[in-house]
Amino acid sequence: MALLEIANLNRSFGGLRAVNDVSFTVHQGSIKAVIGPNGAGKTTLFNLIAGNLAPDGGEVRFNGRRLNGLLPCQIARLGLSRTYQNIKLFAGMTALENVMVGRHVRSRAGFLAGMLNLPATWAEERCIRDKSMELLDLMGIAECADLEVTNLAFGQQRAVEFARALATEPALLLLDEPAAGLNIYETGEVGELIRKIRQQGITVLLVEHDMSLVMDISDEIVVLSFGEKIAEDQPLAIQQNQEVIRIYLGEEEEGSAGGTENAADVSGERVVTHA
Amino acid sequence: MDSARRYIPVAALLAAVVAVQVATALTGTAYYLTQLTMAAYYSLVVIGLCVLMGYAGQISLGHAGFFAIGGYLAAGLTTHNLAGLKNHALVEFLARSGLLLSRQDSYGATLLTVQPWVACIIAVLTAGSIAFAIGGPVLKLKGHYLAMATLGFGIIIFRIVLGSAYFGEADGISGVPGFRLLPGLEVSGDFGARIQNYYIAWGLLAIGLTLLLNLIHSRVGRALRAIHGAEEAAGAMGVDSARYKLYIFVLSAVFAATAGVFVTHYNGGIGPSEAGVMKSVRYVAIVAVGGMANLWGALLMGIVLNVLSLRGVFGTYDDAVFGSILITIMLFAPQGILRLGLGRRLRVLFARERK
Repeated sequence: MALLEIANLNRSFGGLRAVNDVSFTVHQGSIKAVIGPNGAGKTTLFNLIAGNLAPDGGEVRFNGRRLNGLLPCQIARLGLSRTYQNIKLFAGMTALENVMVGRHVRSRAGFLAGMLNLPATWAEERCIRDKSMELLDLMGIAECADLEVTNLAFGQQRAVEFARALATEPALLLLDEPAAGLNIYETGEVGELIRKIRQQGITVLLVEHDMSLVMDISDEIVVLSFGEKIAEDQPLAIQQNQEVIRIYLGEEEEGSAGGTENAADVSGERVVTHA
Repeated sequence: MDSARRYIPVAALLAAVVAVQVATALTGTAYYLTQLTMAAYYSLVVIGLCVLMGYAGQISLGHAGFFAIGGYLAAGLTTHNLAGLKNHALVEFLARSGLLLSRQDSYGATLLTVQPWVACIIAVLTAGSIAFAIGGPVLKLKGHYLAMATLGFGIIIFRIVLGSAYFGEADGISGVPGFRLLPGLEVSGDFGARIQNYYIAWGLLAIGLTLLLNLIHSRVGRALRAIHGAEEAAGAMGVDSARYKLYIFVLSAVFAATAGVFVTHYNGGIGPSEAGVMKSVRYVAIVAVGGMANLWGALLMGIVLNVLSLRGVFGTYDDAVFGSILITIMLFAPQGILRLGLGRRLRVLFARERK
């Protein structure tokens, strides 16, 4: 069953067609990756799905429901959560509090209940705290719970962002470059984590540049180039797709030496440059 | 339990309030109570603004406007004589419903005015409604633009009270009666009611403070701080930031208006200076000195600076002092004066640059 359906989605910025007639579906319980060179429109696509940008045309359906015109907060309530390419945590709050905000959609206490500190809200508050702590524990950063989040190391911040997104109990999780800025070891851990997330029944759609990660965990891959979808297939088929190789490596004539090196990159064997 | 830890400082505050009153009684300095009463009311504005600015991250340079809406409506409604309209159906209806107060003025003529508690409700609801109406569009603005828009609102209110006869133009409104909260408990400037009024003001402040302390530690408080930290991400977590910003703006305006009502009854009147832009700047300066996201800091600074100002320590330079405080804080202690390291910052600023 298709959890997310994207049909003929369009979005331009001035004369630039950032997302041009893109369609694909994401099946319940799968891990799907969107790849493409820089400027291919991957993040714009995410912003269109999550409601941060309005599409010029086309539609996004989630669980059969049309998302066009809904606010990001309304879309979040429907069970779609996300992380950001450049981490967006709540500065001035602890790691635990950041994750607790993720429980917002799963709790109810309003202004009046909050101001009066009604006993009815105590149980809810304890529940929010316990669940958030559990998630920090899952991410292996429970010891950072009471630290201000901007004081954490980059990898830990990423983990907090993951925990915060999971705290909303999403049906679909959008991950925008979850491995950006991480070393090989940490990238491997992120891969494990994404698999663990899928085991909990959460569908994952991710944008990622790290080919080893993408090839390793994805069930299907969508390739974007200049806003257009040029391929959609399983990892192995994508590695052999001539069009994909061409956009990643350029034309044959451009030199075969660089070509082989990058070919290894696309096939998922990470090219390590020794410094 | 968390909430217990939250209430202990409030209890300590109340104990200090009693201790100060006893001390003034023993040393024969009860005249301080007048300024402490006024300072408590002004601090109510400050803590309301603190939650809006420090926690939700939205500035308002128009809070004197909301204070004035509260104060002026309470003053206008409780002094405007309806005796001439006694036979009007509406006035008759109001009188029969017990919403009007009949009393004698100092010349023995009959005054028929709106009951203070009715006026209070009308004043606070009006301020809240105006905040709700302007908050929708205005809170879409950010940073300087929001500051400008709220400043504009404050100026409009100032010009309205200064220009309309109903609000007494440049003279303001005087002869505002006391506000009887309960039998034997009246907000008024009567000499004999000084101690009673000191406790009313501090009681009200303690209630307001408790409500806000609870709020910032609740689910809503976390959502507000999240909006401050990263508005887009807050939206992605399902926080309806437009609505939350609007609600906290209205709540903050209600705090200011309530303070306006009480100060007006306590002083027996209100003048246009209460609506002035410099008053708004003063509230913002106090929140900044207190450390923005620090309710206790805002409260402490609200009391200290207001008492100093009301005692006339700053003389005719009163407004200049608050302006200077704002500049100084922004330069040297953007985290507020209570986060220390102030000395180190000063040394760095005056130290010779090392190559």
